[in-house]
Amino acid sequence: MDLELSASERQFREEAREWLRANVEKLPSGDTPEGFALCRAWERKLFDAGWAVVSWPREFGGREASLVEWLIFEEEYYRAQAPQRVSQNGIFLLAPTLFEFGSEDQKNRILRRMAAAEDVWAQGWSEPNAGSDLAGIQSRAERVDGGWRLHGQKTWCSRGAFCNWLFGLFRSDPKAERHRGLSYFLVPLDAEGVTVRPVRRLDGEPGFAEVFFDNAFVPDRDVLGEVHQGWNVAMATASSERGLSLRSPGRFLATATRLLALYRERPDPELRQRVVKAWMNAHAYHLYTLQTVTRLLDGKKLGPEASLNKVFWSELDVELHEAALALLGSDGDADGWMKGYQFALAGPIYAGTNEIQRNVIAERVLGLPRR
Amino acid sequence: MRFEFSDEQRQFQRSLRELLSKEYSVRKAWAGEAQPTWHKLAELGVLGVAVPESAGGLGGNALDWILLAEEAGRAALAAPLADAFAAPPLLSPEWQSKLADGRATVALAADDMLVPEADLYLVHREGRLHVVPRTSANLKRVSVSDGARRVHRIEFSISERSDGAWGGAFDRMALGSAAELVGLGQHLLEVAVEYVKVRQQFGQPVGSFQAVKHVLANALLELEFARPFVYRAAYQPTPVHISMAKAAASDAAHHAARAALQCHGAIGYSFEHDLHMWMKRVWSLEPAWGSALWHRERVARQILDGQVFDGETNEPSLPS
Repeated sequence: MDLELSASERQFREEAREWLRANVEKLPSGDTPEGFALCRAWERKLFDAGWAVVSWPREFGGREASLVEWLIFEEEYYRAQAPQRVSQNGIFLLAPTLFEFGSEDQKNRILRRMAAAEDVWAQGWSEPNAGSDLAGIQSRAERVDGGWRLHGQKTWCSRGAFCNWLFGLFRSDPKAERHRGLSYFLVPLDAEGVTVRPVRRLDGEPGFAEVFFDNAFVPDRDVLGEVHQGWNVAMATASSERGLSLRSPGRFLATATRLLALYRERPDPELRQRVVKAWMNAHAYHLYTLQTVTRLLDGKKLGPEASLNKVFWSELDVELHEAALALLGSDGDADGWMKGYQFALAGPIYAGTNEIQRNVIAERVLGLPRR
Repeated sequence: MRFEFSDEQRQFQRSLRELLSKEYSVRKAWAGEAQPTWHKLAELGVLGVAVPESAGGLGGNALDWILLAEEAGRAALAAPLADAFAAPPLLSPEWQSKLADGRATVALAADDMLVPEADLYLVHREGRLHVVPRTSANLKRVSVSDGARRVHRIEFSISERSDGAWGGAFDRMALGSAAELVGLGQHLLEVAVEYVKVRQQFGQPVGSFQAVKHVLANALLELEFARPFVYRAAYQPTPVHISMAKAAASDAAHHAARAALQCHGAIGYSFEHDLHMWMKRVWSLEPAWGSALWHRERVARQILDGQVFDGETNEPSLPS
């Protein structure tokens, strides 16, 4: 066992910290049109300095950082209270899938522009009648000469009103049911036949969108992975979303540190245990992640245990914010805690509700019988 | 960065698991039957892991014994094994050597904690550590609900030495208990999982019901996220790391016991079923060597109040 960072990892941390200290700006929420534009410019700045996608190959704008270095970067990013990553659904969810299933042409066309935030990607999974039951997708793709015509509706697409591309699942084989006969499409949101309508979230910001497809054309080259194999391709993305990449421990460690500072400003003996519990859970998530990273470095794959991660970090985020709000009493809106709480409340719902995740844990980790 | 044990440490863990499955039964311990366990532990080298090589031990550190303590918990071993890992730095070379080869047992106690049968006691009272051989101790048997443990109230008027401090032994006991609790919780979860797979109601295994699945998924979550604290504390046994480990492990094991009982239903509530033997060990270890509340308060004093603990002199007082 060795929990020390190497000299080069420590140097990587110093370099990241230094750059962030010199460059981090305080930006408004990226879930409004103005805020999004500013956050997108910030993404570009990250890209130009080589910090947008640290773990990617150099040819796509990365610096080939190791997993440990990526964790370090995330810790520094959130410690510096740097802006929200509006390109996260592209770089953390679509990109891993592209690296695994994408053609050379797709990787060359898409990845670098994504890293530079020239394209910002929205996720098109959920539909009005396909949420937890994602395999109930009804949006369809009709085979035509040279490509496909899309029909139907996607919803809850984060920042869909501001993004210019969408990755999503459509039923390409009308005779197949459930998980079969779906394909994974990459769709420009300004294509003819695509209509985007912003939807306001719990906090009132237009951070959601619903997207309507009415005979929108997608050429064959924008199908990711094999036709009708979309479910398997998408699940690779889903496991990154639940697992390591979307929610690194750095975010929660930073919130936990802010919670301690808040307690020191407003000490309340009644809340000591609760604050310590929440703070400890952030550290539990960090340590658990180090175990996962060790397993990945040993060449093992992240399986259904990714669901443990997802339940834990999403409930941890709520717990940290609730502890802060308890300390704040009626000053809950101070320092963005109430807004952060409202954002945290989405965690147990998106990326597969925690109820679905607990089913996955019970059936695929513990081996309990499916119904 | 590598957050995993060495192959040798994992191998030692497997050997101990195998040994305990053959040479120990908690049911026999409850019945008061003699078992060859302690002698076999000495043969395998388990008792000397923390004893210096000069006294015939392996000279190991907490990373070398933490998985062994976890296995002791998994088997609900009723013997002062954590004590054998915690005590050596406080012992003379002669006692160290007797401990390592199984000729003597050593038990630790804080304040008026109850003690098992042992040849040597290390009792911390009123700020001082007393080294008391069995022959100088006045033991009075006390009946406790964890019937595998034969425990006693200890009084003494003479001691071999009465000068030292804990020397970190309190924290080592807390860490050993944390590892045992994680092992106990893991066993409780596993037997509950096996039970709900076979127990049929409404014409199907009860483990196919979501309400049951979620109870067990929660128990697994809590154990999985407590265990890394225990390993982290073994790597760097500072008071705060150990407190995080004991607090998280106590809560996780407590909830695993609740989950296991609930999922077994009435059969788990029956004294004839083995489940209670593991649950009662959880309930006896939870308050031992600092409860979850006490340990979180110690963490609070460091992270909220800026106090730093050395594991010796300035601890928050133990709840009585």
